[in-house]
Amino acid sequence: MKVKLQHLAHTRSGDKGNTSNISVFAYAPEFYPLLKAQLTAERFKAFYGGAITGEVTRYEVDNLDAMNFVCQGALGGGVSRSLCLDNYGKALSAAVLGFEIEIPDALRGQLVNAALIPA
Amino acid sequence: MTKTIRIGAGAAWWGDRIEPAALNAERGELDYLCFETMAEATVSAAQVRARRDPSFQGFDTYLDERMRAVLPACMRQGTKIISNQGWINPDAAAQRIVQLLRELGHTGVKVASVNGSLITDRVLELTDRIMENGLPTASLKPTLISAEAYLGAEPIVQALQAGAQIVVTGRVADPSLFMAPMMYEFGWDPLDPVRLGQGMGIGHLMECGAQVTGGYFSDPGFKDVPEPWNFGFPIAEVGEDGSAVITKVAGTGGAVTLQTVKEQMLYEVHDPANYLTPDVVVDFTTARLEQIGPDRVRVWQIGGKPRTPTLKVSIGCTEGFIGEDMFFYAGPGALRRAQLAKKILEERFRIVGLKADEYRVDFLGINAIHGAATPADAPEPYEIAVRVAARTATREEAVKVGREVDGMAVSGIGHTGKRVPHADRTREVIGVWSSLVPREQVPASINYFES
Repeated sequence: MKVKLQHLAHTRSGDKGNTSNISVFAYAPEFYPLLKAQLTAERFKAFYGGAITGEVTRYEVDNLDAMNFVCQGALGGGVSRSLCLDNYGKALSAAVLGFEIEIPDALRGQLVNAALIPA
Repeated sequence: MTKTIRIGAGAAWWGDRIEPAALNAERGELDYLCFETMAEATVSAAQVRARRDPSFQGFDTYLDERMRAVLPACMRQGTKIISNQGWINPDAAAQRIVQLLRELGHTGVKVASVNGSLITDRVLELTDRIMENGLPTASLKPTLISAEAYLGAEPIVQALQAGAQIVVTGRVADPSLFMAPMMYEFGWDPLDPVRLGQGMGIGHLMECGAQVTGGYFSDPGFKDVPEPWNFGFPIAEVGEDGSAVITKVAGTGGAVTLQTVKEQMLYEVHDPANYLTPDVVVDFTTARLEQIGPDRVRVWQIGGKPRTPTLKVSIGCTEGFIGEDMFFYAGPGALRRAQLAKKILEERFRIVGLKADEYRVDFLGINAIHGAATPADAPEPYEIAVRVAARTATREEAVKVGREVDGMAVSGIGHTGKRVPHADRTREVIGVWSSLVPREQVPASINYFES
């Protein structure tokens, strides 16, 4: 079955200059290999469309069951130059919560807030 | 029994709440209370303001409020204070703190100011290339406002060794403010990457205040925390090896969990195995975390590698202006009216010859926040704000944005909601660039004052 990332992972974004780092943390260790296999740097960048204009580098942080996506050219030139209302990009980390991940049906019971998933 | 020190956070940025700092001072049983109040452009913005406003003293505009909130408890309990509220004038901040101490009846308190981070007059000679674009830093000469190096923890340690109870600094790397007391209390060698890596990692968890105790975290139904209107700021109980328990004052809202700590561990980090700071290169990929009790997370085994020979420099430059305004639609057809409004604005900007380096019209409710990452099938909302912004070389050009939005009041389309204009709706842009400077070229200097 396919589910949105929000049921498998939580995310946070931070800013440095014109680069946003969006980190993705598996809610459970069982979810982490699925995220690693499916949420590649290429797919991550494609999912953000034109909102990330530069390179995306993915760092795997196995001890935290997490991945850190470092996205260049994601902040409109940087906090002070950006014409975006969210000039720090603090809300950017929410977009990827909609990325769809294929999971074995057996994991359904472990998903977070599974009540929101259509039957 | 091994020694443990308690370090609390008092601020994570200039606009942060003040009550949690007072609560940490009063009930945190702290040995140290640390304040982080500077953003990337703080120094440049302060320089611009100092030129225009002779009454601006060059330090945190909330210095009085913050110090009045915590000084009584800190003096009563012997809690030392470390703060970067000195901005572009740490001496003046220290002198103001001395005045406040005297008003409160505390005499004989030693206050240190750490100077030396400001290198505006030397930056073009000391630095070579701009990190972001590879151009020579000399190309910034015509627009340079201010430059400052990120100092490390050592000058703070030196001030503590000299008996300072309060240390107020200019630009110092945020986590160094929190690690300095560990180095001082445990006698760590400034070149010991193992202990400094661990300590700096803990400093990194603390520097954003409530972001590790449940702030910037809640997502209803997925990640809920108690009383998200009543966060406590974090406290680190640090042992001699730099391992620590992250916690907060009992009875406050929020939470300290593996999730809150993990999220903060990677916040504003690029390569998690090589987090560059002035004091040490931190490696978060070896870190271990354990929830050892309610709102208590133990963190150990953060790695460290020897520090680099350079310090980061932030260079602030004038880069023109931004003009910005918005107006509103609601009800059936809000989107089609917003789309016509966008077309009208584009034509108007052409007629008045707006010269903009960059220009955007957003539909707030659809694409203003995520821009091009907005899904194509996002539903049409009931209400939409049309928000327009342009970056221009001159203020005269930036003013045109607000003036053309003014025109939408009586010359726009049906059902246009609009605010009364109170100002010209422009602001100055201070662009921030980065470079590197050999660390020996930026010596710190410390001055001492006594109440």
